[in-house]
Parts: sequence; structure tokens; C-alpha cells
Amino acid sequence: MNSTDSLRILPEIVLTITGVLLMLVDASLPPGFTRRWLGWIGAIGATLALWASLWQLNLGTGTAFFGSVETSPFTVFFHVLICGIVLVAILIALDSLPDTSHHQGEYFALIVFGAVGMCLLTSAVELLVVFIALEISSISTYILAGYRKHSAQGPESAIKYFLLGSFATGFLLYGIALIFGATGTTQIYEVAQRVGGVQNHSLVVMALMLMMVGMLFKVSAAPFHLWTPDVYEGAPSPVVALLSTAPKTAVFALLLRVTYEMLPGLRPLWGPLLWAVAVGSMTIGNLAALRQQNVKRMLAYSSIAHAGYLLAAFAGLGPNGIAAAAFYTAAYAAMNVGIFAVVTVTSGYDDHLPLIRDFRGLIYRSPLLGILLIFFLISLVGIPFTGGFFGKFYAFSAAVGGGAIALAIIGLLNSGIAAAYYLRLAFAAAQHPPDGEGSAQTTLPQLGVAVGAALLFTTVATLYLGIYPNPFLRAAEMAAHTLQIPAAEAPVSATSQDQISQPQQPRP
Amino acid sequence: MSGLNETILTWILLVPLIGAVVIAMLPDRGKLPAWLALVTALVSFGLTLHLPAHFIVGQPGFQCEINKPWIENPAIFYHVGVDGLSLWMVVLTGLLAPIGVLASWNAIEERRKIFYSLFLVQQTAMFGVFVSLDLMVYYGFWELSLVPMAILIAMYGRKDGVKAAIKFFIFTFVPSAPLLVAIIWLYIRTGTFNFNELQMLVASGSIPADALFWTALAFLFAFAVKVPVFPLHGWLADAFSEAPVAMAMVIAGKLGLYSMLRFHVGLFPVQARAIAPLLVTLTVIGVLYGACVALVQRDFWRLIAFATLSHFSLTTLGIYGLNLTGRDGAIYQTLNDGVIEGALFVLLGVLDTRYRTSQIASFGGAAARLPRTAAFFVITMLAMAGLPMLNGFVGEFLILSSTFTHVGKGWAIAATFTIILGAAYALWLVQRLFYGPESQMTASIPAPDLRINEWVALVPLAALMLGMGVVPSLWMPSIERSAIGPQIKQAADSPRGLSATQQETAR
Repeated sequence: MNSTDSLRILPEIVLTITGVLLMLVDASLPPGFTRRWLGWIGAIGATLALWASLWQLNLGTGTAFFGSVETSPFTVFFHVLICGIVLVAILIALDSLPDTSHHQGEYFALIVFGAVGMCLLTSAVELLVVFIALEISSISTYILAGYRKHSAQGPESAIKYFLLGSFATGFLLYGIALIFGATGTTQIYEVAQRVGGVQNHSLVVMALMLMMVGMLFKVSAAPFHLWTPDVYEGAPSPVVALLSTAPKTAVFALLLRVTYEMLPGLRPLWGPLLWAVAVGSMTIGNLAALRQQNVKRMLAYSSIAHAGYLLAAFAGLGPNGIAAAAFYTAAYAAMNVGIFAVVTVTSGYDDHLPLIRDFRGLIYRSPLLGILLIFFLISLVGIPFTGGFFGKFYAFSAAVGGGAIALAIIGLLNSGIAAAYYLRLAFAAAQHPPDGEGSAQTTLPQLGVAVGAALLFTTVATLYLGIYPNPFLRAAEMAAHTLQIPAAEAPVSATSQDQISQPQQPRP
Repeated sequence: MSGLNETILTWILLVPLIGAVVIAMLPDRGKLPAWLALVTALVSFGLTLHLPAHFIVGQPGFQCEINKPWIENPAIFYHVGVDGLSLWMVVLTGLLAPIGVLASWNAIEERRKIFYSLFLVQQTAMFGVFVSLDLMVYYGFWELSLVPMAILIAMYGRKDGVKAAIKFFIFTFVPSAPLLVAIIWLYIRTGTFNFNELQMLVASGSIPADALFWTALAFLFAFAVKVPVFPLHGWLADAFSEAPVAMAMVIAGKLGLYSMLRFHVGLFPVQARAIAPLLVTLTVIGVLYGACVALVQRDFWRLIAFATLSHFSLTTLGIYGLNLTGRDGAIYQTLNDGVIEGALFVLLGVLDTRYRTSQIASFGGAAARLPRTAAFFVITMLAMAGLPMLNGFVGEFLILSSTFTHVGKGWAIAATFTIILGAAYALWLVQRLFYGPESQMTASIPAPDLRINEWVALVPLAALMLGMGVVPSLWMPSIERSAIGPQIKQAADSPRGLSATQQETAR
């Protein structure tokens, strides 16, 4: 271990210090004192961590701590994304946490600690560090999900998330154990090298399956999606803004590592598997979302569908697929955090306007919020000049390039279904408010500085990704190229087009 | 002025957008947004007039072309240009903008800011569709044109705007999914979205024909819904009865018809020829079906919707007759319909806002109270019915005569019934709305005649109807010259050869 080792985890260090600082300040303030401003410390910490990640580009690609942590354009890409999401999530929470809440300091500290885990998850190249990172991020999010502990749904949400989530982590750990059993190492690059000469191939296959279960649960892909609507409904909206994007981003990064970097030779196995999961997620997510009346449940199902769109990119070959998936996570994060910011402002921390029909006439009550809501929904539909369009475009282009034309067509037809429920909400907001029923049952709160900044940030990001995606795409491609693709990929990719369409057992 | 020629299309696209942003920034006070929108619309109309003034008739290929790299991967270029086909579409779109603003002057009372901002965004989207020569940019504007329209239908719907908006959106959004797959597929095969290059590649036969058939079909399907062509017209009547006047006048027709001409017949001539018999059949059915259904409507918005179906079917027939006369007629008729629909919607909007109903049976004898409205209405209806010396006649005559000589006498005779049926529903509508004994409603509600803004909107349209009917020679030369086939010279000059594209395909 040398001094540059700690530089390679600089963003994590910055975030940890911020979290600890938040806890200490929170504990040393007198009980009656307002703790709202602690959020700004968190926001500054997230911004510093973001800069630290960008700075890491100067270090060049390399590993630290005996090959357990890596910095490369790939990790920087996801670090920046996660820190950005966390920053916006903190900004949203800053203005929406109720004054009466006694736990504001802890709230921000938990978000920041969660960010540590997520960042570490994307840079870990050692499966045990992966596990630890996943646990750090999960435990913070379990607590955050149950933050409204006085309503019945809050604890329900947290317990459901915790029980199912720990099961999933268990699966992941089993998978790691089997990998260790098969190859004698848990370092991802070493696994990639040794996996070709493994005696007992079925052990590796089993390990992959178990790890897949764990990861697909975390990204809420079907058939491991059942927790999503309940958890999103019970958790406060600012938390859902974080929950639906940042941990998923991190786990998608891990999924990319495991599939493209660790086990590229098993592509004939995970290719069809992810194909099926992608189709299942988008179809189930979209069909279920059609029937929802509750905005957050609808958005939960929509996030399942989006996990499906993203998994479609995994049908793409090599860097194309990775770049498409990375870009999609960014586009999805921008618009999804944005829409939850609007939902938070409109329906409040306590969700007093939970249903789609409660949003009726939003554009008349607050033109700005109404237009922004419609804008983010339009982006989720995937209309051009928004980030959602290019996300989908690249994902499905990668799929078509990888020979999965059927997947692209299913995906685009799914966006047609999706348009129906997104527009139901969008047009409800555009509709004239109902007469008599007291259209202004609740006056909307004044937009605060923090949440205003959050909205501005997400809107600009969504527009920017939709109008001029070049720089971000280049970053995603750079990230894709630094994911080391071992030589085993080459012969596989040449024949994989046939293998995608007709699954077959891998030859040992 | 040559400097402006190089950037004019960018300005045409940007000015409405800038106007929209300015309106969105300034407070929503009184008529301020409306005035700003009017100024923006007039400026953008003025800019579009620059095009015909500097358009060189007879020069092949696109003019005022801009071709700059936009996005690297996939290689999307900001590639715009006009030829005789899109030139007048752009001008027509520019003309209808101030008219739309004037027609909404009093009709839109709430949330003017959002209305006029979205109205201008819609304007940009439509200009974009007409001038883009890069398939992705085109697709972008094509989809964008749905959004403000759908939101405004939902916001200002008369009865059930949300239902009509969702219907409109889904009907046009779902067919554009195959369109996008087809565009991506073409790109993966050829490595370009450039219209000229694709036209060359398709013509040279370097893409397998059976795959092209499906690609062309995906294109056609998306356009046919937007026109709409006969069995795909389910969204039209609802959208017409719910959309605010300024949006309804641009909702149907020209976007789809133009796209058919440019991106279906223009890009896939062989495939278009293969499918033409089907379209001829459908359009003749559409012509007669629309006219017959229009005869029995009780609501004037729905009546106009079916009349529109009939008219656009006739225009589509001109396109898929696949001969030059029919094509010229179709382009001319698209412009005519734009002008006629513009006037018609302003007038029906007048009636709807004055009397708060669109039931034809409630009207009667309104001419006594609204003499000027009645006069304009009669002129518009006569133009619509195709009376000689008015613009409808020229286009219909060209289309029908070309169908007669090139497609089939039977089809032409069947389609000619539209003139009789068209006159029937148009004149009957005039009679029921404006003449006869005064109905209880027209007697009891004191309605003011045309206001100054409506009058200003209608006079130029009426003048155009007459002008386009008497001297079509002002417009025809530039339209006819555009009918020359693929721009062979340009494609040969293009830097990217066939081998390069094949390399990209392999990659």
C-alpha cells in the first residue's frame, strides 16, 4: 500500500468524512436547534466528491489496495453520476423535510453514507469489496425507505425492502463463494483469467446465476421486482428519487463488470438470460403501470420497465453495449430524479396528493411545475430532444447491432404502451382543474432555492443529453473501452449473433 | 443577402423557439403573450417569405442547404434544405402562424403564456419536419410535433380533451416506433441518415429488396396515420372537435402528405409503386366514405373532420397515381387545403365561441346577425367544394385528370363523385348554419360579427383562395421543377463512398 492508494478512493474518503461530520455536528447541536442547514454540508460534500472523481482521471487507470479497487474512466463515469444524483437528492430533501422531523441530520448522513457504498461498488474489482460496498449502500437505503415511521406504510416499506433485499444479498454472497470455490480467487480480473481453465464448469454457471439473482433484484428487474411498488409507495418521495436511481446505477455498473469483464466467455448463457429478463421487465412493468392510480406506484412500475430497456443494451456487443447501458443510466437518472423532484414539491413529503387524479389541473395551479412534470414524462416516453430518447435510441441500437432485432421491436412497442400511462398523468396535469371540488384544496408551497436548483439541474441535464449528447456519449464510450475485455471475448462475439437467438449450453 | 441564404433555415427554426422562451420568461399578464406571439409569428412568416424570393427555380437539388455535424455517434447531421416541394409548405406554415395567433386572440382566456409558448414550439417542429434532410433530425421534429399539440388538446379540450389527446398521441406515436426501427436499420445497413445519400443507395440497389419492402412499409404506415388514410383515421374527428382552433388547422394533412412525397415516394420509388394499387383503393374508399359520413354528421367539427378525410384521401390519390401531374396536383392541393382549413377553422371557431355549441341543428339564420362571417364562410365552402376560379378547383382537377389518364378510368370516375358529394355537404352546411328561419338559439344569443382580429386573419386567406385559383402559374413552376428525380449530382459529389459505408456496416 502506498500513498496513491488512498487517492484512488478519494471520493469515498470525501463522502465518508462528510458523513461523519454530519453525524458529529448533528449530535453536538442542542435538541431544539434547526438542522435543516446540515443538508448544505451534505450537498457540498457530494459536490467535492464529484470533483474528486473527475480529478481521478489524472491518476490514469490502475488498481489500489492489492488489486481490490480500481480507478478508470469507467469508475469515474459512474462516480460522477452517483455523486450528481446524491447531490440532487439532498437538494430535494433540503426543502421538503418537515421542520418537525427530529432526524434531519441523520437523514443527510445516511444519504451520504449510502453514496459511499454506491461509489465503492462501482470501483471495486474484488468481489468481497463488492459485497461490503453493496451492504453499505443497502443498509442506508433500508433505513431511508422507512423514514416516515409514523405512517403505517413507512415501516412496511422498510421491512419489505430489508427482508427481500437481504435475501438478495445472500444470493450474491453465495455466488461469490462459489466463484471462489471454482477459481480460488475473488479478484475479478483473476477470475476472468482462470475461469477458462476451471475443472467444474457448472460451479461457475451456478455462481453466475446466483449473482444474477442478487443484482437483478437490486435493479428491480422482473421477476425480482415485486418489492418495488410497495417500497416506493411507502418511502418519502425525496428518498425514492435517490432509491430509484443511484443504487440501480451502481448495481448496473457491477452487472456490466460481472458480465462483460468477469465472465465474457459465458455470454451464450447470460446473453439469452438478460434478453428474457429485459423483455419480461419491460412488458410486466408497462402492463402493470397501466392500471395504477397512485403516481408513485406507477413510477415504480415504470422504473421496472426502464430496467428492462436498459438490459436491452446488454444484447449489444462489447463496448457498444456497455456505452449504451452507461448512457442510459445517466439519461434515466436525470429524468427520474427530476420527476420525483416535481412529485415531491407537488405532493409533499407526506404524499398528501398520492393519486393521478389529484394531479389534475396542476398546470393551472403552478404552470412551472406542470410544464416540468410534462417535460419529464415526455422524456420518459422517449420523445426526441430529451435524454430519454437518446437513452432508448442507443440501447436499442446496441441491441440491433448485436443481432437482437426482435428485442428492439418489442422494446419500442413497449414504449407505445408506456406512452399511455405517462400521458395519463401528463394530460391530467394539463387538464382544466375540476370545478367546485375546490381546485386549490392545497396551495402549493413556494419553490425553495434548493429544490429549484435541483429542478434546474435535472431539467438542464435531461435537455442536454437529448440535444447535444456528444460529450457524455464520448465519456460513456471511454468508460466502455476501459472495462478490460479479456481475449476470451473475441471468439465469442464473432458467433454470438446466432447464439443469442438460440440459447445453448456453453461448452466447457 | 447571400449571407442570409446560408442561415435562413436556422433562423426560421430558431425564431419561434426564441419567441416561446421569451413568452415563457415574461409574466402572464393580459394580452402580453398574445402580442409577443403575434410579433414572433409575423417575423417568422417574414423569414419564410425570404425563401421564395431567393429560390432559384429550375436549379436541381436542395437550396439554402446547411449540413453540419451534430452528433458523432450515430452520425447525425444538422442537415436542412428546401426544394420546390418543401418551399411552399414552409411558407404555408409561416402564414398560418399569425392567423393561428389571431384566431386564438379572444378564444384563449386562461394560461395564455403556456398556450402561446407551446404554439410556437409546435411551429418550430413543423418547420423542422419540412426542412430536415437528415432522417434522424426529421424523426426528431416529427415526434416533437406531437407533444405541444397533444398537451394543448388536453388543456383546452371542449368536452373531453384528455381522451382526444391520448387517442391522438397513441395513434401517431405507436406507428412511429416501426418508423424508428426502420430508420435505425437503414443506418446500420448504410451508415448514413443523409436523405440524398440514402436516395442514391436505395436507387442503386445496394440494399436487398425484400428488406426494403418492410422498411418502406414502416415509413408509409407512420405517414398514413398522420394524414390520415382511410382505415387509420380514428383519431381525427375527436382531435378536431377538441383541439383549439389554432392547432386544429395544422393537425392533419400537410405533415403526413409531405412526408409521403419526400420520404416514401421520394425515397422508395420502387416499393411505392408496388404498394400504390392498395393505396389507390384505400384512398378512393376514403374519398367516398369521408364524404358520405360527412353528410350525416350533426356536429360541425366532426363534419369537417370527415370532409377533411375525404379531401386528404383525394390528395393521397394524387400522390400514389405516381405521375407528375398528379404529384403537382397533390402538392398544390396540400397547400390549398392548408389555406381553406385555416379559414374554415377560424370561422367555425367564431361560431363555437359565440354560441358555445357545435351542434348544427341549433343554428339557423345566423347570416342575418353575422353577415360578414356568412360571406367568408360561403367563399371558403365554395373553395372547398372545388368551384372553378377558386383554389380547390385547380388541385382537384389536376389530381382527377391524372388519375383518369394514368391510373384507371374507374377510379377517376369513382373519385369524381367527391365533387358532387363535397358540394352537397358543404352547401348544406352553409344552408343549415346561416340561412333558413332563425333558430331559437341564434335569435336569443346576441352574437357580435367578426372582430377585427378575425377579420385580419380571414382577408388574406380569402385573397389567397382567389389568387391560387386564378393564377396558379405563380406557384406551379417551382413545384413542377421539384419533380425531377434523385439528385444524382449531389450524391456523386458526396465524400462518403459506397465502400466506406460498407466498412461501417461490417463494423
